[in-house]
Amino acid sequence: MKADTAGKVSRRSPLILAAAGAIILVLLALLPMYIGLYQIQLLTYGLIASIAALGFNLLLGYTGLLSFGHSAFFGIGAYSVAFLLRDAGIRSMELYILIGLPIVAIASALLGYICVRHTRIFFGILTLALSQVLYSLALKFFWVTGGTDGLRVARPTLLAGMLTFTGAGSYQRFVNSYYYYVLGVFAVCVVLMWVIVHSPFGKALQAIRDNETRARFLGLRIRRFRWASFLISGTFTGLAGILWVPLNGLTTPEVLYWPFSGEIVFTALLGGFRNFTGPIVGGIVFTYLKTYAVATTEYWQLLLGVVLVLLVLLLPTGIVGAIAALAGRLRGKERLA
Amino acid sequence: MSILIIQILNSLFYASVLFLIAAGLSLIFGVMRIVNMAHGTLYGIGAFVTAWLVGRVLAAGVPVGLAFLLIPVGAAVVAVLGALIEPTLLRPFYRRAEEYQLLVTFGLLLILEDAIRFIWGGLPITADPLMDAVPSIRVGTLIYPGYYLVVIGVGILAAIGLWLGIYRTKFGVLLRATSQDRRMASALGVNVGLVYVSAFAVGCFMAGLGGAIIVPSQAAVLGMGVDALILAFVVVVIGGLGSLQGALIGALIVSFVRTAGIQFFPEIELAVLYLIAAVVLLVKPTGLFGSA
Repeated sequence: MKADTAGKVSRRSPLILAAAGAIILVLLALLPMYIGLYQIQLLTYGLIASIAALGFNLLLGYTGLLSFGHSAFFGIGAYSVAFLLRDAGIRSMELYILIGLPIVAIASALLGYICVRHTRIFFGILTLALSQVLYSLALKFFWVTGGTDGLRVARPTLLAGMLTFTGAGSYQRFVNSYYYYVLGVFAVCVVLMWVIVHSPFGKALQAIRDNETRARFLGLRIRRFRWASFLISGTFTGLAGILWVPLNGLTTPEVLYWPFSGEIVFTALLGGFRNFTGPIVGGIVFTYLKTYAVATTEYWQLLLGVVLVLLVLLLPTGIVGAIAALAGRLRGKERLA
Repeated sequence: MSILIIQILNSLFYASVLFLIAAGLSLIFGVMRIVNMAHGTLYGIGAFVTAWLVGRVLAAGVPVGLAFLLIPVGAAVVAVLGALIEPTLLRPFYRRAEEYQLLVTFGLLLILEDAIRFIWGGLPITADPLMDAVPSIRVGTLIYPGYYLVVIGVGILAAIGLWLGIYRTKFGVLLRATSQDRRMASALGVNVGLVYVSAFAVGCFMAGLGGAIIVPSQAAVLGMGVDALILAFVVVVIGGLGSLQGALIGALIVSFVRTAGIQFFPEIELAVLYLIAAVVLLVKPTGLFGSA
């Protein structure tokens, strides 16, 4: 009986989820008609941050590993695009993604191979240390990477060269088209990640997170699972880096520096890392929060720090977690009444 | 030959400052099991407070010799700050997952970095008169600042003092007991809260002393704490988190590699340090001197 209802719920909920997702997607697609160019750009940044956080959260939320080095993958993605443009003259966004993704995947596999040998605090420090190797290399080999000046990235062509952005008004056209481009990639990423975390592989990761010993007794090869999770996680975050560069027009070593990793952690926490939708909400809210903080006060770091401390102190489940808890309580009251 | 001696002295100078920072970080981790990400910023605060006080006092016409007393004062200010932070911000987190502890200290780092900017502005502050007050010494044909030797001396004294404090005093016994088994220590009547506050304050004092002692030789600048934190991480990872000898050996290794790096392979100097840290973590996760 119990199993039956559970089966029904799980069969029905993906449909509801898909419907809700489709509605949100349509709303997001309609939004540019009502908001200004600057807001569209900001929202694009938000979606990109969401993709990065979504990838990061596979590691933190689902595998239980806190990485303080995810800036490495974001930065590798960003610099790959810059190198492809400068050294190979490639200007197509699709090629950036197609060539960039294997690069970040290989980098994630290499770093992950080393990092997953440890868990908990040592994992965090190891990811931090290795990402800082990349940062210091990007800084010191300025004749390759442009040093602190970074590398400029021109506006790429979209959809295999069908959309090009030169001449008058090209900036407005680019921001508009790029929003839909990122939205499309974002939708694919969300669906992909949803499938991953609900697959047997995703369940295995959660089992390892909750009880490593028991998972090992079940015959799971823990390190291999963690490695795979690291690889996927790094690749998603790297994809965010690839998408970010054309919009920003410039990549600097800042995106490899560890406080940027901290921002990714912050993003996931803000939305709630125990939820699938948490990092998505976190990415968008964080982008607005940071933009707002930077615009209103010189001391935006302080503001973010206070928000972070309060968040950890009062809302450890993040925005989505808090809303879910609130909704659960309301529903409980309804049932009582 | 004299170049070599100078390079060795330089390494020892860096090692002294790094040891002060890393030993504090390690002590806090050893006792409270918290990796304090704001530790480097506390070192920065030590530097800013001291430089600011020195500037004020010298402007008021106090002789330079007396201004040296401001170095421990700067460190003490940081210790007081630490004693305020522990009960308010960190205490609620001891029962929570490590991730949250890391995040709350990361939040603290953001807050304190901007607090420095708010209080002292974005410009570097110097305390050179202190450095100039110590006569230079001759090394072969070259001249070497005597103040660096003072710093090395302070580093050695701090190492001895910390060792004596932890292994030869009653407080040290309480500290070690608490770090080994918090609940048992508590059951035996140790005031664990007090031990935690003192350990955190001592750790902050060390960081502050590191900042206070380095500021006469190089200006206090924004962001110095973040750089120091990363180096201190490398030190404790090599030496072992929570180990005093580890912090000492780690600081020496990092300083000598850095000095050699700046001389021979400047481009990959930092990368080599991180790689050493990564290799140590792979081969011996707890560091050269760490235990579990």
